[in-house]
Formats: sequence, structure tokens, C-alpha cells
Amino acid sequence: MTTMTAPARPVYRLTTRGVLAGEWTKFWSLRSTWITLAVSAFLLVAVGLIAAASFDPADSRGPGSAAGDVVALVLSGSTFGALAVGVLGVLLAAGEYSTGMIRSTLTAVPSRLPVLWSKAAIAGGIAFVVMTAAAFVAFFAGSPLAGDAMATLRLGDDGVLRALFGAGLYLGLVAVFGVALGALVRSSAGGIAILAGLLLIVPTLVMLLPDSWAENITPYLPSNAGSAIMSLTTADTSLGPWTGLAVFAAWVAAALGAAAYRLAKSDA
Amino acid sequence: MIEVRNVVKRYATKTAVNGLTFTAHPGQVTGFLGPNGAGKSTTMRMIVGLDAPTSGEVLVNGRRYADHAAPLQEIGVLLEARAVHPGRSAVSHLLALARTHGIPRSRVDEVIDLAGLTKVAGKRVGGFSLGMGQRLGIAAALLGDPQVIMLDEPVNGLDPEGVLWVRNLLAGLAAEGRTVLLSSHLMSETALIAEHLVVVGQGRLLADTTVADLIAQTAGGGVKVATSEPGMLRQLLSRPGVMVTSVDAEQLLVDGLSTREIGALAAEYRIPLYQLTEEQVSLEEAFMDLTRDAVEYTATPVLQGAVR
Repeated sequence: MTTMTAPARPVYRLTTRGVLAGEWTKFWSLRSTWITLAVSAFLLVAVGLIAAASFDPADSRGPGSAAGDVVALVLSGSTFGALAVGVLGVLLAAGEYSTGMIRSTLTAVPSRLPVLWSKAAIAGGIAFVVMTAAAFVAFFAGSPLAGDAMATLRLGDDGVLRALFGAGLYLGLVAVFGVALGALVRSSAGGIAILAGLLLIVPTLVMLLPDSWAENITPYLPSNAGSAIMSLTTADTSLGPWTGLAVFAAWVAAALGAAAYRLAKSDA
Repeated sequence: MIEVRNVVKRYATKTAVNGLTFTAHPGQVTGFLGPNGAGKSTTMRMIVGLDAPTSGEVLVNGRRYADHAAPLQEIGVLLEARAVHPGRSAVSHLLALARTHGIPRSRVDEVIDLAGLTKVAGKRVGGFSLGMGQRLGIAAALLGDPQVIMLDEPVNGLDPEGVLWVRNLLAGLAAEGRTVLLSSHLMSETALIAEHLVVVGQGRLLADTTVADLIAQTAGGGVKVATSEPGMLRQLLSRPGVMVTSVDAEQLLVDGLSTREIGALAAEYRIPLYQLTEEQVSLEEAFMDLTRDAVEYTATPVLQGAVR
């Protein structure tokens, strides 16, 4: 008598590494990610170069006029870069909801949270690498353009490497912030509005508060705290580089925590 | 196997599923039927954990869906036609899902072939027709070579060839011993593939039966007789337990006697018969009867004469 054996079925397994690989594939297979990422790097470099080329110490209103040194000058584009890279993060997360893709995603990964962690890690990691590279390009191409108007700085000079890698770290965290906001509000438009509001508008609004209040609040706002890592000198009105980055990381962690809570608790 | 036990899903303003219990068994196709808004899609979403039941539990192959080591290998689902990012190609979409489970690239190509999408595999899904989108959804459902396949209105938007393809595919999967759960609001279409039927309306179970039983149950539609002597035949047939109604000047509808009995009686009294047929209630009518009270969206009948 012969025994019937069922045809061998391959053994698949849902793993954290797999979820990471899946998110990696998702990231690179959308045209919009490539475009947003390229725009982010372009803005950081282009604005930096324009600021360096047109810098005039006599003009107190021109581009980069607030910059105290050449590193700050070539990183003038970080505000725009932050907005673009944050939008990238929002689109990655909120796009899942606006297209219905989230249903496929969560059916494959019903434990849910690994999707958020993976998306955040990939957006943050890629933004860090690309934006760090962009910061270096801005520095090497921009410094000569500033010419004699500002003291030349080299990579080995105090704080320069920290500022350039810091730009990458800050912008990487902004991308994660975008992912968190997008996952939290589940809408691209809403996520981008909140992102722009927190990074650009709130700091301006706070300036309208009485001076004593504004002075205490301003350094802790996301963009101000996060940008501290990029400046060579610490002004009285801002946090130290690593303290500032830690404060911004706390903002990001809070947003990510809220997003995780909503993802785990509510119907998809 | 899919086990739905006493499941309730309540939203702020309405109860979508109200104490639903049924089981879809391996080796057969279970049709999940009900009018629009009956709670079919909500139930399917709860089966794969997209929505959490307010109470009750749903098990896939004996466990909660999320507790499986390889969810895609347990159950493959097609929920809505578009659970896909339109900016991604069909291959990238499937590959992204496959990677989460370590499913090889070769399997992705296999399901693309199976779904007949080979030519458009590299195209962005945004340009797909409804039918192609549906095929991609079915390809995704088969990706993990799952034991259970659950499809929500799979033939929506498919051309006749596609409908036939789905029908054969599902029959084949059930014949291999897999569990197939298929939702639809069309009885006629479901009866062609399903053996087991679960009928719901307004979130409640209306019937848990088989196609064969339902046919047997609904066969008693009476006998239609046409004769030149309807008055005489009517008198002749009248007796307790028999109901005779006139359809028109020559036709009667008889409930309670077989064609054989009526024919014999008519012959005995030399009443000419022109027609003697068993009236079949169609499955569609049986389904309408079952769900009549549970239909959420009914069209108001047009008043006679109002159209003129």
C-alpha cells in the first residue's frame, strides 16, 4: 500500500526583516518618492549655493544675511529641505490610506506596528544618507562661492563635521516626523499642513507672544531645537547642538507614539 | 477553515454585524450572500483583522489571524478592487507584499502568469481597467499559496472570460481541499460555484444552507394548468389542502396536487388540458424572499399611472 503525501508546501514566515524589505521595495517603487527625495536634496544644495554666491556682508537683508559663518551660510536651504523631506515622509505614510494600499499592507502584516517602525526607519535612514551627502556638496561647492566675504572653514575645523552630519541627522528625523504625522492623520493634505505649521508657522506665531514667554518657548519648538545641531556656535537664545537634537527627537518620538497608538487601536 | 462566532460589529450610529455565526469548511466553496449593506464586507474585514469585532471572535484555521506565523500562507484575500497604490507597478506591488513573508520572486511571477497579467506586469496600476485591477487583487490573494481564499465580489468588473476563469479557479482550489469563501449579492452567479450558502441581511444570519437544500425547499411553486374548462376543473380540484387560483381566462395555478394527480383527474372527466407544468421558483426569487425584510436600500415602486 502506498501512502499519499500532500505536496510539500514551501514554508514562508512573516519576519521583521521581511517587513523592512517590503517597505524598502515600496519606497523605491514609487515615482513620487524619487522626485520628492531629489527635490529635497536639490533645495538644500541650491539655496545654499545661491546664498553663498550672493552673500554681501554690507547688506543686512540679503540671502544668508543672518548666517554668522560659512557653514550656516551654505546650509541656508535646510528650512526648505526640511519641508520637502517632511513631505516625503507624510506621503509615504498617508499615501497608504488615500490609495487603500493600507488594507493590503495590514493584511500581510496584521501585527501592524512593524510596518510603522520599518517605514520610519527606511524614510529616516534614506533621508539621512541623501541629505548628509547634499550637505557636504553644499559645503564644498558653496564655500568657494562665498569668497573673501567670510572666513574660510575646513572640514577639520571645530564643529564643521558635526554640523554637516547634523544636517543629515536633523533632516532624517524630519522625514520620520513626516511619517508619524502622515500615519497619525491618515491624510496627505492634513499631514503636510500640520508639518508646515509646526516647522514654519508656529515659530513665527510664538514671536508674537510677550518676550519673556517667547524666549522660553522658542528654543524648544521642533525646527529651532533640531536646527541647533547645524550651527557652529550656540547663541544664548538657542539650545546646545545635542540637547537641541534630543529635544527634536522627543517631538518625533511623541508623534510616532501617537501614530503607533492609533495604528494599533483603530480599524484600518 | 474560517469560524465566525457570535460576532458583533457596532459603529457609532449603526450595527453592521449583529451576532453572526457561521463556518466555512475546507474542500468546498462557501457563498456569502446578502444585499448591499448586509455586513458582508465588514465581516470579511474582521476575518483578517482589519476591523476589530465589538464582541465575539473570528478564527482562521483555528487561530486569530494575527497570531499566525505566516498570515499570507493561511488566507489570501481580495477585499476591495483597489487596495493598491496606483503609482506602483503590478510586480512591485506583489513583490513588496511577498518580501514581508520571504516569498520568492519566482512565486510573484507565477501568480502574475496565473492571473493573466504578464503583459502589463511592469505597468503602473493606476492605468489598469477594473477587470485588470480585480485580477491583480486575485493574484495578491494567491501569493502565499494559502489554505483559505476569501474574495469579496470577485467577478465585479470582469468580462465573461474573466468570470469563467474565476469560477474554474475557485472550483479548482476547493477541489484541492482549500477553503473558499466568496461574497456576492447575486444568487444566480453564486449558485454556479458554491455548494454551501451563508445568507445574511442587516448583519444577521438569515440562512446557513446548501444550494441543493435551497433548491429542494423552493421547488414547491405549484402547478400551472391551462384548460378550456377552467371552471369545471376548478370545482373538480377543490378539496381541503388544495389551493386553486386563476391566472387568466384559461390558466389555473394549483397548490397541493402533483402534475400526475391533476392529469389523471382531468383525463377521468375528459377535460382537455393544454399545459401542465411544475412551477419552479428560481433561486433568485428564493433569495429575494429570504432577504426581503432585510434589504436596506429598496427602490420605491413606481405608482401605476404616475409615469404617464
